[in-house]
Amino acid sequence: MSYRKTSIIKNLDWVLVTLLFILLIFGWINIISATSNIEMADWLDWNGKAGKQLLWMGICTVFALVIVNIESEFFIRTSILQYLATLLMLTAVLIIGKKVGGARSWFGLGGFSLQPSEFAKPTTALALSWYISRDNSKWESVKSRIFSILIVGIPACLILLQPDAGTVLVFAGFVFVLYREGLSGNVLILGFAAMIVGIATILIGSWGGINWFWGVWILFGSAMLYLIREATVPRKRKSLTIWGSILLIAGLFLSVGLHTGMEKVLKPHQRERIQVLFGIDVSNPDADYNIRHAKAAIGSGGFSGKGWMNGPMTAYSFVPEQETDFIFCTIGEEWGFIGTISVVILFTFLLLRVIFIAERQRSKFTRVYAYGVASILFMHFLVNIGMVLGLAPVIGIPLPFFSYGGSSLLGFTFLFGVLLRLDGERFKMLR
Amino acid sequence: MRNVDLKRRSLVFSGIIIIIACIFIAKLTHLQLISSEWSNYAGRLTEDRERLDPIRGQFLDRNGELLVTNIASYDLLITPRKTVDLDTLGLANLLGWDTKILVEQLDKASNYSRYVASVLIKQLNYREYTRISKELYRFPGIKARTRSIRSNVAGVASHLIGEYREADKQDLKADKFYSLGDYKGKSGLEARHEIDLRGEPGARYHIVDVRNNKREVLADLDTMPVSGSDITLTIDLDLQRFAEELMGGKRGSIVAIEPSTGEVLAMVSSPFYNSDALTGSRRGSVYDSLKTHPHKPLYNRALRGTYRPGSIFKMLQGLIALDEGVISPHSIIDCNREIIGCHGTHTADNLTQAITHSCNPYFREVMKRIVLRGKDENHLVDAAIGLDKWEDRIKDFGFGTDLGGNLPGSRKGQIPSSEYYNRIYGKNHWGYSTIYSISIGEGELLTTPLQMANLACVIANRGTYREPHAIRDIGGRGKPKGEDDLHHTSVDEKHFEPVIDAMQLVIEDESGTARKALVEGVTICGKTGTVQNKGELDHSAFMAFAPRENPQIALSVYVEHSGHGGTWAAPIAGLLIEKYLTDTVRYQYRLNRILEFEVE
Repeated sequence: MSYRKTSIIKNLDWVLVTLLFILLIFGWINIISATSNIEMADWLDWNGKAGKQLLWMGICTVFALVIVNIESEFFIRTSILQYLATLLMLTAVLIIGKKVGGARSWFGLGGFSLQPSEFAKPTTALALSWYISRDNSKWESVKSRIFSILIVGIPACLILLQPDAGTVLVFAGFVFVLYREGLSGNVLILGFAAMIVGIATILIGSWGGINWFWGVWILFGSAMLYLIREATVPRKRKSLTIWGSILLIAGLFLSVGLHTGMEKVLKPHQRERIQVLFGIDVSNPDADYNIRHAKAAIGSGGFSGKGWMNGPMTAYSFVPEQETDFIFCTIGEEWGFIGTISVVILFTFLLLRVIFIAERQRSKFTRVYAYGVASILFMHFLVNIGMVLGLAPVIGIPLPFFSYGGSSLLGFTFLFGVLLRLDGERFKMLR
Repeated sequence: MRNVDLKRRSLVFSGIIIIIACIFIAKLTHLQLISSEWSNYAGRLTEDRERLDPIRGQFLDRNGELLVTNIASYDLLITPRKTVDLDTLGLANLLGWDTKILVEQLDKASNYSRYVASVLIKQLNYREYTRISKELYRFPGIKARTRSIRSNVAGVASHLIGEYREADKQDLKADKFYSLGDYKGKSGLEARHEIDLRGEPGARYHIVDVRNNKREVLADLDTMPVSGSDITLTIDLDLQRFAEELMGGKRGSIVAIEPSTGEVLAMVSSPFYNSDALTGSRRGSVYDSLKTHPHKPLYNRALRGTYRPGSIFKMLQGLIALDEGVISPHSIIDCNREIIGCHGTHTADNLTQAITHSCNPYFREVMKRIVLRGKDENHLVDAAIGLDKWEDRIKDFGFGTDLGGNLPGSRKGQIPSSEYYNRIYGKNHWGYSTIYSISIGEGELLTTPLQMANLACVIANRGTYREPHAIRDIGGRGKPKGEDDLHHTSVDEKHFEPVIDAMQLVIEDESGTARKALVEGVTICGKTGTVQNKGELDHSAFMAFAPRENPQIALSVYVEHSGHGGTWAAPIAGLLIEKYLTDTVRYQYRLNRILEFEVE
């Protein structure tokens, strides 16, 4: 027993642990500022948000200690069980969850609320790792690939029903895991191409020329197909023509679907949020309220910021949800450029460290899991900071370790706790 | 081999992460270091600049008596967000309003902004406010704001001082100093000396929260307001008040000037009004009634009224003729009434007699001699050359000019030139016989009461005048530059005595036309004028200065539609001169007669 204990402490990746604690503590300092007024400095009140967050930090530290002391084998063997429990919770929350801000994503538990989708991220990562690593040779088959996508897709769909678009976007990040494990790089390129088509659709659609766009798409596509037929060697002609046609039609479907979705499915305020992002004038002056105030808070920080607890935009609640999704604004206003690039660099280091950890594994399970962690973290980083800087649409998604909230913190503690344990056992694992 | 390929994919992922981080850093560099757009926007959101109004300069009379000062008035403001269960019926009763009107006002305020206070009532006076303020606690969201308005405590000279009221859209556009709801001088001296009077506002900065509540003080940026300068006028309050009293119930004007300095001692345009009536919550209705009054009380006749000068102009002709050498004081001219009529029984006059008798044929001949000098063989061309020369000399006396324009709104009147007649008759289609009616002050001439008072100054000073003005001092810095420029008429001093002799006779001679202006112990020199009105009673006009040696006061008096110059204008001038020079009024009968006289 004693041997094992010292060994896990010794084998923990302390670089990762240090990075996590720096982020966590810096995050908490900002929550204090974001949740208190300048004249009201009673931030150590346990009923205040800063106090609650400190309590959560304590709980999570204990939770992390517990996790790193559990054998890896436990997580591997129970991964499917945890995954099924997650699906059950995600289903249950749709029925008995409480509605907050139009989405049914929370269980109310006395004074605290719990968000099952936060736990769906690590359990899905575990289940995917288990499925991919269970047999090396079989993952090449189309069937097992579809199955992998289903493992990610089912919880994503359940979360979409809440609806919580931000978390669904995080699940889309699993594409990086699959890519690392052998999914064709074309998928990433296709994803990128789809994004371009999507942006063009939104822009041209808002200008009112969408039919014209589709017309050009068909004409230009047909011309390309004709060119392929005429200018390629007969051996490749058939497959190229088939793929070309599929792409042409898929692109058209994507564009039509997106446009119809924008016009018919999205609520006006959601549509406006997307349009604002692309610089399209919307009639509602409040449509970009969040983003304008967020940018103002960050921009006013200048090089070195206004000082901790000294930002008026933060103190007087100019930025909505500034202690949760928009916490980056507080960093920007009070710590300035120094603070914001520090956070960006810290997250970059953290991500690269996780990839480094992934690549040093002999165990496929651990590697896939580590990539899952990296993907989830990356999507949070990308969408949250992108949103606050006005580079991505306003989608509610927390900044890990910074945003106020127990569920998110617990979820990430679980995610990283398991990673630390799996990595700590990398020398003895065979699987 | 395959595994190595896949391992390389970690680099692709790492690369994407680094690219995203770089994009974020680039965007942050732009937001926080390069562009000031968002930081300025944050400043506008969080900083509230409260303007500290300076105290506006006061107006004093020439002896330091207060004419116009500032008093507190009270605006009632409503902040819709703070009104909870507002008792509209109670509030309407308190304000004496109809509930429906109140509700309309409240809706308007709500539509404007829920967080920013809107004005419900403007400029309640102290009495109104004390009545309402006791009850205000019952209406949360309604509060009072003190603001400073003008009060003409002396209650005189409203035309000259002008109006101080809310700046309109053009003002806001023209000068960034003003924002919506600010007041500024809009007419008269209030407008002309706006910059001196208004002072410099101070500012107090606060940090506000998202609900626009003030939360913190930003003391290091604060500045204190600088008061505007007090302005001492040349007006003599006692004389001004007396002059307004005399003009009560009549239409017309009085302009009194100190000849040696050009300082305006009194200026009245009747009917007049008290500028205080144009402040307060009833401004609108008072203004409308003044605006639509048939006798135009808002119109400043002293500066803007234009009349034909009549007989008074004859002195001017005499002076110019003497200076041109076309007559001497002893030249006698027949009173030939074939071309132009005359009055009285005289048959031939010298200059002094001609002025006293107001002899028309005499001055027709005099002007003929001035104009027709044989400069051209064609008498029509000769008349044109002569007229332009004559016009220049008349303008030297300030006629046809705004006299320096120091009194806001002064009009130029009209002195016709050859060009003027060319426009009417065509070039070389008119001669002296066409235009001679201007020789006796009729025809195409138009002069203002101010110009007439200035003529009295010129004669009193024997050939010079200082531009008439109303400002003695601004903030202890003395008169503004160019306020009292000296002008020479280029008529030699010696030529004035025969004219002044005649003016003295106008008052003192048994047959003088202005016997009613006589004041024992004071030598007054004057001249009556009767401005003819077709079909209506003539305007009574009189100009004078006194005493004859070392003159202290020169004035013009116009009483519209009242008859001959000697009947009303002359006695009014006499009373004013007596009052100013001796500080008493002995001619009570004369005073009562004037006070009782009213013109329809």
